[in-house]
Amino acid sequence: MIDSSPIAARARRVAGAAARRPGLVLSVLVLLLTMGWVLAPDWFGGQSPTAGVAQQRLEPPSGRHPFGTDQLGRDVYARVVHAAGLSLGTALAATAIASAAGVLLGLAAGYFGRTADVVISRIVDITLSIPSVLLSLLIISALGGGTLHIAVAVAVTSVAGFSRLTRAEVLRIRTAVHVEAAALCGARWWRILARYVAPAVVGPVLGLAALDFGLVVLAVSALSFLGYGPPPPAPEWGALVASGRNYLATAWWLSTLPGLTVGVVVLAANRLSRALETERSRA
Amino acid sequence: MTEPRQVLEVRGLRVTYRSRSGRVSAVDGAGLTVTAGQITAVVGESGSGKTSTAHAVLGLLPPTGRIEAGSIRLRGQELVGLSRRAWQHIRGAQIGLVPQDPAVSLDPLTPIGRHVAEVLRIHGLATRATAPDRAVELLAEAGIPDAAARARQYPHELSGGLRQRVLIAMATAARPALLIADEPTSALDVTVQRQILDHLDTLVSTGDLAILLVTHDLAVVAQRAQHVVVMSHGQVVEAGPTSEVLTDPRTGYTRRLIADAPGLHSRRLRPSAPAAPPAAEAPAPGPLLTVDHLGLSYPAHRTRGRDRPARPAVDDVSFTIPARTTLGLVGESGSGKTSLARLILGLARPDTGTIRLDGRDITALRRRDLRTVHRRVQLIYQNPYASLNPYFTVDELVGEPLRNYGIGDRAGRAQRIGELLDSVALPAGIRRRRAAELSGGQRQRVAIARALALNPDLLVCDEPVSALDVTVQAQILQLLVDLQQRYGLTYLFISHDLAVVRQIADRVAVMRGGRLVELATTDDIFAAPRHPYTRALLDAIPNQKDPSWNLD
Repeated sequence: MIDSSPIAARARRVAGAAARRPGLVLSVLVLLLTMGWVLAPDWFGGQSPTAGVAQQRLEPPSGRHPFGTDQLGRDVYARVVHAAGLSLGTALAATAIASAAGVLLGLAAGYFGRTADVVISRIVDITLSIPSVLLSLLIISALGGGTLHIAVAVAVTSVAGFSRLTRAEVLRIRTAVHVEAAALCGARWWRILARYVAPAVVGPVLGLAALDFGLVVLAVSALSFLGYGPPPPAPEWGALVASGRNYLATAWWLSTLPGLTVGVVVLAANRLSRALETERSRA
Repeated sequence: MTEPRQVLEVRGLRVTYRSRSGRVSAVDGAGLTVTAGQITAVVGESGSGKTSTAHAVLGLLPPTGRIEAGSIRLRGQELVGLSRRAWQHIRGAQIGLVPQDPAVSLDPLTPIGRHVAEVLRIHGLATRATAPDRAVELLAEAGIPDAAARARQYPHELSGGLRQRVLIAMATAARPALLIADEPTSALDVTVQRQILDHLDTLVSTGDLAILLVTHDLAVVAQRAQHVVVMSHGQVVEAGPTSEVLTDPRTGYTRRLIADAPGLHSRRLRPSAPAAPPAAEAPAPGPLLTVDHLGLSYPAHRTRGRDRPARPAVDDVSFTIPARTTLGLVGESGSGKTSLARLILGLARPDTGTIRLDGRDITALRRRDLRTVHRRVQLIYQNPYASLNPYFTVDELVGEPLRNYGIGDRAGRAQRIGELLDSVALPAGIRRRRAAELSGGQRQRVAIARALALNPDLLVCDEPVSALDVTVQAQILQLLVDLQQRYGLTYLFISHDLAVVRQIADRVAVMRGGRLVELATTDDIFAAPRHPYTRALLDAIPNQKDPSWNLD
């Protein structure tokens, strides 16, 4: 019953945990695959995303073109793979900006309280009361289109969530007995913030970041669907869906398959975030 | 009943838990018998397997736990291997559970009457129409005054003792044959503890009920249980009638448990090392801490539309603590003893009165000046699981005050940490371990080492041993006494347990409702208590009046 080799036991435990949650394994594989698309698109994509073959226009999915071809004879699968870098890169940047800003605001609101808390929390409430797409569009119309601006516009709508989560965690931690004990040991506020409060915030924030990442992918695609993304012919998931719209009656794969790709990535990110969440509540 | 009937028979029980390094055995071949009309106590330290045994009998092992072998028979029926469905007819109906902490065991959103009514309806003992009335009857039976009105109250409106009575009413609603009480009184005040135990006594004596009492408190066992089962490392090391086991223990483990039980002793602990020659400077026998007419009120607030007046948490309290002595501060929860400690440490501001340390007024200092006070006054918390950051290593924890006050360089601090760990009898090998990997006793030693790091004069100990096993409790108390002699420390020792205070205090102050009702030397308090409340506290110590268990 009791295993002598810890490595074998560990390997078996990991395998067992994986077998119990096939959905999670699939999600991780999907995310790893899309990471591959981002890092080495040529290796996965095979064909050129921009150069079309005129004879092969609007071909349905087949062995040669798994996602079919578009109206210019370009391989849709290659375009989806090459678009991953732009779409996911923008989404990652947006998530990073949102979590960094949100955590800083949340720490300030939760730890210093009083005026800082009131000011920050009310601003957060206001951003939450504006529909997020509307807020993004407002920012883009102020800043202009382009990848970085899309990232910022999407990030602003997510800051509120991170800020609220961080504030709640800080309020919980700063009343903990061991934090009071640290103050009795002479720890000053910056040390308590850096060594006691901040580490406790990391776990929940990572969980939210994974969840938010899925939503951000969706939001970025939505904005480029509306035409605020990088200019063509650079491929982007939302733009791919948009350009296929005109051929939907005759060539369903043009919009559907890129759209499904977005959906699968968002689902995978959600599943991973839930796994992180349950791990944390169990620990 | 003409002859004793066996209600529960456990044979060769083996329980294991899944852990990071394979399965760990918690109960290893334990066997015990519970007889109707009796209280059978299971005692042992934490980790001895007593709770795992109780959970196995209830079919409530956590998902990681598994019964590997053995049999559990309830009135002849085998319980090991029953399906979940079958268990639903056993739990609640034939075995009742009285859990440890009444504060977390009731649904805060459900009135207490409905808690009991639900048990009746689940087991088909009452209909929707009859259940509420029947629930009121059961609550009244469990000793809840004015049960009809109380049934509509929510758990948070009840005291801990009343909540525990609700849980007893729920556990006995279906008239089970066996009641399992898992440390039913550890979370309660001593005087309430006595009432609950009295109630359990009545239950056993009137019916066919048998009680399996899981406890760490030998004093309770001595007074209440007819049978005792001593467990250690998952095995039963000794079992038999309580009178035999406690007066004539056959194993060393039982002897040690008895020797460490504070309720059975009346002597002041002495330092284990002989007294050092008096230091060169003559210790000034003046008071180190002077507390004068101290008062603290929590602001008034509205509950249910009624204005509650400001309730004084500390009400006109005055006392002094001479240097190098220990003042024991005793009182039940809500008596204001922790508020008093927080005032002394500057964690709360008093409304009235002054606090002086060595003649210096430290009542209302600014944050920066408070830091200088904390070099001389330190606190040891009740719960070492809460007071140490679980992610810090021992090195970081003990070094924290040195670092914060900029004492010594890196090498000097490392050496000082070594000395501190040595003085609390922790091995140097523990330095890289995280707090989460330590046992309760080790954690409390780390907390003490941290408090000593700044060479304080006054240590405020807020129930420092009440979260620990009796054996560990005895070691920590001895350590505190030794450290007092070695470093010339002054203690304010807060406890709800007079028996513990007797072992360590030179003088005892008794608090009730924020007021200091009595202050006298330890001997006087125990020999001739003047205030009726002090007498009530003394009476509540199990076995105080029963000379046969007094081991001294």
